[in-house]
Order: sequence, then structure tokens, then C-alpha cells
Amino acid sequence: MRRQVPLIITFIAGTIMIIAYFIPREPFGGLRQRFSVWFLIIAAFALILGIGNLIKIHGKRISRQSAGWGYSVVLLVGLAAMSVLGIGWGIERSTPFHYLFWNMQIPLSATMFALLAFFVASASYRAFRIRSFEATLLLAAAVVVMLGRVPLGNLLWPRLPAVANWIMTFPNTAGQRAIMIGIALGVVSSSLRIILGIERTYLGGGQQ
Amino acid sequence: MNQRRAVFLLFLSIAFFFGISTAAQQNAPPAPPTEVKAFDNPNDAGGGITITWNKSADDGQGENDVLGYEILRSTTSGSGYQKVASVLAGEESYTDGENVEDKVPYYYVVRATDAEFFSDSAETLPAVAKPQWFNTNRISMLVAVLLFSGLVLLFISWAKGGRELYIRPIAGLAAVDEAIGRATEMGKPVLFIPGIMDMDNMQTLAGITILRRVAQKAAEYGAPLLVPTSRSLVMTTAQEAVKEAYLDAGRPDAYDPDRIRYLTDNQFGYAAGVDGIMVREKPAAIFYMGCFYAESLILAETGHSVGAIQIAGTAMPAQLPFFVTACDYTLIGEELFAGSAYLSREPRLLGSLKGQDFGKAIFMLIIVVGIILESFGIHFLDQWLATG
Repeated sequence: MRRQVPLIITFIAGTIMIIAYFIPREPFGGLRQRFSVWFLIIAAFALILGIGNLIKIHGKRISRQSAGWGYSVVLLVGLAAMSVLGIGWGIERSTPFHYLFWNMQIPLSATMFALLAFFVASASYRAFRIRSFEATLLLAAAVVVMLGRVPLGNLLWPRLPAVANWIMTFPNTAGQRAIMIGIALGVVSSSLRIILGIERTYLGGGQQ
Repeated sequence: MNQRRAVFLLFLSIAFFFGISTAAQQNAPPAPPTEVKAFDNPNDAGGGITITWNKSADDGQGENDVLGYEILRSTTSGSGYQKVASVLAGEESYTDGENVEDKVPYYYVVRATDAEFFSDSAETLPAVAKPQWFNTNRISMLVAVLLFSGLVLLFISWAKGGRELYIRPIAGLAAVDEAIGRATEMGKPVLFIPGIMDMDNMQTLAGITILRRVAQKAAEYGAPLLVPTSRSLVMTTAQEAVKEAYLDAGRPDAYDPDRIRYLTDNQFGYAAGVDGIMVREKPAAIFYMGCFYAESLILAETGHSVGAIQIAGTAMPAQLPFFVTACDYTLIGEELFAGSAYLSREPRLLGSLKGQDFGKAIFMLIIVVGIILESFGIHFLDQWLATG
């Protein structure tokens, strides 16, 4: 019974959503938006579980004084401080929460994002090393596209931007669309398996 | 003298006549729009009426002074008209969705306006908005869904009947055992990252189904499994899936819920947290299965730097090149959704994969036929496939 109820709910909800795609009139027409709102509400409540998990894990680390427990203190103090400031003084401009968000959280996120530039450089180096025919092709295409997108390319050969555009418009788009079609079919197939109850692993159970 | 005066008067009369006529032409209202029709907006949930008209004779031609059209509406024929919208010159249709009630007859007049004057079209016949039971623009989609679902169900029933089905080898999935085995031998943990989106994302769901298989294998081998998540719901679902996997493997004692933990909803905060886990725990095998954005390369490069064997799977085309570059194996798009079936080897799941492959073959055939038809200027297939 513990497994049957979620399966029945999944089947009914999935079938209704498929039907709703083809029926514009109410109550079917607005179902998708309504379900999205329901999901947001459930997810908001589930955040409590996440915070509970954070407090439990880091509380344990502090009480056991495990390696790096000081970071757990920083995390829990930060969590408590932001919660108290947000609930107590609001999150609008000129509030302590807003100040901390813009002067601590945003710069930290930006720093992580900025690391991407270095990772792109190291990954590109590995990808462009000429080890095989495919890698050589990739390197040649990348050089043409990169040069074609900057003024220097035009100076080297006036037709280079057109060649770069051709690579992006035709071979690249064709490849991307092939992947997208495969993804769409995969999603439909997976959805059918889930709606029909053939795929149940997401519920935690096996196939029986 | 009289003759001179007569000529002068005649000249004055002619000048006066032409002056009046030119002024009258400049001050004339624009020609009204013609063939104005109003009808229920098709394929909607009601509350919409579409109005079409032929442009004024002074719009883009003639005096060419029409600035736009005003749409006037009334529930009474011949009176009570109120403006509901304006559109620019050159337009020939408008869909009125402003407080239109279903089953109420509405009359419309389209007014052509220039800088000073306007002229109204004839009143339309009454139009009534009503909701539709079927979106006819989606017939092709319905056919595709029925055809594809039929194929999947057919192959599932064949598989249930014991028919042998060949599924092409997928290197990334075949390497799952190898990766977990390597982690076990090295005495290091396995790290599973289910993407940064929530449970309403199909890729996350596919990631969790693969997690279930990975967890079972890790439990059998005795390798510790770490699952940091960026969503609370994903955390609870992953905990449930891993717990069941450990039970199925006969190792419920080895299950530790604290290893499936919530980090943060923040994209780069999550990336920083997972990077920290990688650097501290030095996992021997890392799985990236789900929906990823800009953090994909940050994670995969850090994983590469700690020497882990990495298997990624995502349906985000923009992130695939990063994973292909930084990981040992990458499941491209549809292969992510095939993961659970491929790993379980369960006949019904394999049947659905076979149906998926046949669906792909049909789509390839449609693409080839479409290319041929379009090359010969026949647009039937293209128009039929277009949905709205």
C-alpha cells in the first residue's frame, strides 16, 4: 500500500497532464501552472528538511570536534544570522540582510563563477591536444570559430567570419538538434515508464 | 480693360478652386478598413475573439497617412462602442482578450486613424467566445505521442513475453561497475551529484534512478557513497532511494543517511561545497547525473584534478562539451534517460528502450522525407508538423 498510493497518484497526475496538453479549456488549460504552484509550495516546506539536515550534520561535527569543525560553526552562525536578520528586519534595500547578501553572498558567488575562466583554459588545453582525428577536427573548428568572431580574423582573411558562421549555423546546429531530438524521445520514454509504474526506482523501491 | 479684368477674375477663380480642392484632399479622413470579421479565437480556453480586416486604401498606398487602427467593441449593435486596443498601421488582425466573457455576443468596428481624422469600418456580425475541447494545432503531436507510446508499449509487451532484445552498448553505463570497483579497491568514497535542479526536472528524476543502481552496487562492494544535493526534496528522495538500495543489497547496516546531505540551493555555493568535498574526501569515482548549468565545468575539472574516474550524464546540450572534455565517460542526452533500464537489465525497461530506438528511426525517416519534400517546394509536412 505504501508503494501503491504514490504509483496511483503518479499515474493519474501524469495522464491528466498529457490530456491537458491537448485540451485548452478549463479545468485542463491552466493545470500545468497550477501544478507548478503546488510544487513550489511543497518545495518551500521541504526547505525545512534541508535546513534540519544542515543543522544536524554540522551540529554533530561541532559536538564531536571533527576535523574542520570551525567551518561548521561559521556555517551555522551565518545561517542563524541571515535568518534572524531577514525575519526581523526584512530583506528590502537598506536592511542588514540586504547589505550582507550584496556584500558577502554575491561576491562569493561571483568568485566561484570567475573560477570558470581558469577551468575553461585547462579543459580547452586538454581537449585541443592533438591525440586523434576527432581532436584535430575539434581544434581546427575551434580556431576558425574563435578567429572568425574577432576583428583579427577578418584582417587575416575576410571570408573567415563567414566560414565561422557557417560552422555554427550548419554542422553545429545540426548536431545540437540531433541531441535535442534524442533527449525529447528519452524524456517521453522515461515519462511513460514512470506514469505506467514500470520505473519505480525514484520512489526508493525496486521493480516489483 | 474689361477683358483684362475678366482674365484676372478667371485666374483667381481657378486658383481658388484648386486651393480648396487640395485643402479638402489634405483634410480628408483616411479610407476605412474593409472586410472586417470577428470570430472566436481558435484553440484557446475561451475569452478570446480574433478580428481581421483588410488594410485601409490609405495604408501603405493612396494618401499613405494611416498611423494605425483602433479596435472598438460593443455588446449592442450600432451603439456603445468603446476602444479596447490600438495597433500600428500595416496590421490586419488583432486578438481581443480584454475582459471578453464567454457566450456573450460582441460587435466590433475597426477605426483607421491618421494625424487628424479617422474613419470607421462597417460593424461586424456578432462574435461569441467559447472554450475549445481540442487544440487542433497539436494534432501532429497527438499522432506522434500515440505512435511513440504504442511502439514503447509494444516492445515492453514483447520483452515481458520473453523475447530477446538487443540494446547497443553504452560505454558510460558499462563503466559504472568499473568505477565503483576502483573506489572499493582504493578504499575511497564514491561521489554522486544529482544536478542542481529540483524533483520536477526530468533529468533529476533520471539521475535518481541511476543513483539507485549505483547505490546498490556501492553497497554490494562496500564502498562509501556520498550524495550532496542542492535541493531539499532531492535530498529526501535520494535518501529513500539509497536506503532501499542498501536494503536490497543486504547491507542495511551500512546505510548512513548523513552521507546524503543538503548543501545549499545557491548554484555557486553548491559548486563550492561539492568542490570542498572532492578536495577533502578525494573520491575515486564521481558521477554527475542530472541537470547542470555553469557549475558543470567547475565541478568536473575539480574532480579531474583529484584523479577520480568521472562519469557524467546530462541533457543540457550547452554543458555536454564540458563534461566530454573533463570526464572519462559522458552519457549524451537520451543515454541519461536510458541509464536505469540499461543498468537494471529488467526486460520491461529494456523494452521501452527498444521502443525509443524505433521511435528515433521513424523520426529520422520523417526528417529525410521532409528534406526531400521541402527541396521540391512541397510544404505540407512542415506545416502539418508545426504546433501551436
